[in-house]
Order: sequence, then structure tokens, then C-alpha cells
Amino acid sequence: MTIKLLYFASLREALGLSGEEMTLPAAVCDVAALKIHLAARGAAWQALTQAKNLRAAVNQRMAGSDAAISDGDEVAFFPPVTGG
Amino acid sequence: MSVSLQREAFDVGKEIAALAAGRHEIGAVASFVGLVRDINAAGGAGKAAVGEANQVSAMTLEHYPGMTEHALEEIVAEARQRWELLAVRVIHRFGRLLPGEAIVLVIVAGAHRGEAFAACEFIMDYLKTQAPFWKKEEGADATATARWVDARESDETAAQRWEKKA
Repeated sequence: MTIKLLYFASLREALGLSGEEMTLPAAVCDVAALKIHLAARGAAWQALTQAKNLRAAVNQRMAGSDAAISDGDEVAFFPPVTGG
Repeated sequence: MSVSLQREAFDVGKEIAALAAGRHEIGAVASFVGLVRDINAAGGAGKAAVGEANQVSAMTLEHYPGMTEHALEEIVAEARQRWELLAVRVIHRFGRLLPGEAIVLVIVAGAHRGEAFAACEFIMDYLKTQAPFWKKEEGADATATARWVDARESDETAAQRWEKKA
């Protein structure tokens, strides 16, 4: 399946990437597995599994690590929010 | 149009007037305006003298187009479920802002002050912890690297006050 990935704020800067399309192996079917899959890309990407309090959203809704991912989903990773 | 995301400044008086115009069932309007400060609270403001390291000369707000609007609309919908509200307006700015500029506006109208005050505070507390915005601050030294603002535990605690008891 293919998903759209987005990265924001300090994570976007650390990765040097604001977003991408990615085709995932069938085994990567939830947020936790996606983080592990991405962390294997290299040192900067290990923030996805190691950063404390990293947040995720699936289809623009806050999502926990057990949230399922389906073909065509938009998945975002970002640090805790600091608006207001 | 109860929620807006914009770069431009807003006029609090005009927004309140527009919200209450012709609505004579409204008896109370509570509003909150958040401003950019020129110091970083994480640097211990209020406890020690403000050093140059804590100075903030500008701040840039990043958001998640699409999700941010949805998150704000959901927070407003949740407030409307909890309290009998007659009108709600939320404006949040993004982009680069200077100290003294207004970042966020929440206006809540009700028949009486109780629900207006409570819902206004609720919306701000949830916005702080649920709406995808991120602040990056520039220090007094223009050559220094801007730094991302850390989320504050006190904001989480403030939002948790409103959690419904099971």
C-alpha cells in the first residue's frame, strides 16, 4: 500500500524533509510498525522510535501507536504542540 | 465561520461586535487574547533576572494545514456540547510574529457569564494541547539559531482539569 507522510516542526528540520509518498510492505499496518520501518533508514530517523512524546496523526486526527494504517492514508509525525 | 487561521492581525472589538450583532439573547461575552512575549518562560522568567538568553525578538508559528482547522472545529464543537453557548469565534494566526502582537483570539457568547467564562478557558486549554501549532523563537542575537519552544507540562495539566470523570 502507498501512504502520504508528513513531518512538522523540529522533526521536519531534523529529517530535512516535510513530506513524501511511500509504499509500505504489507506487514507495516499500524503507526508503531511504521515508526520502526522509518527508523531503519538511518540515524536521523531513529528519532521516530526514540523521541519522547512524539505525536502521530492518521488522516488528520491524533492517533496512538496502535492506530491502523490503510492504503491512501495521510500519516503525520510531529513533536508535542505549542500553539496558543 | 467560527474558526479562522490567518497570517493577518485581527481586531478584537470588530470580532465581538460582529458576533453579537442583532443577537439580543446574548447576555455575556467572554474573550481571551494571547500575545507574543519578549521573553521565554522556560528560561525561568519570574524567578531570576531576565538574561539575554531568554530574550525573544520574534516567533514563527507553523501549523498543519487541514488538520489544524479540523482540530479547532472539534474543540469548539466539544465546548458547545458541554455548555449552552450562543456563539463562538476562534482566530489563530500563523507565520512570523513580533512581541506584543496577538497570536490567538477566543470569543464565547452565552446567556450568562458562567458558561462564557468556562467555555473560553476550556477552548484555550484544549487548543494549547490538541491543535497542531508549533512555535519557533528567535533570540535577541539575530545571528543565533532560532529554537523550537518545548511543550509545557502545565498546559497538559490545565487541559486534564476538563476531562470528564468516568
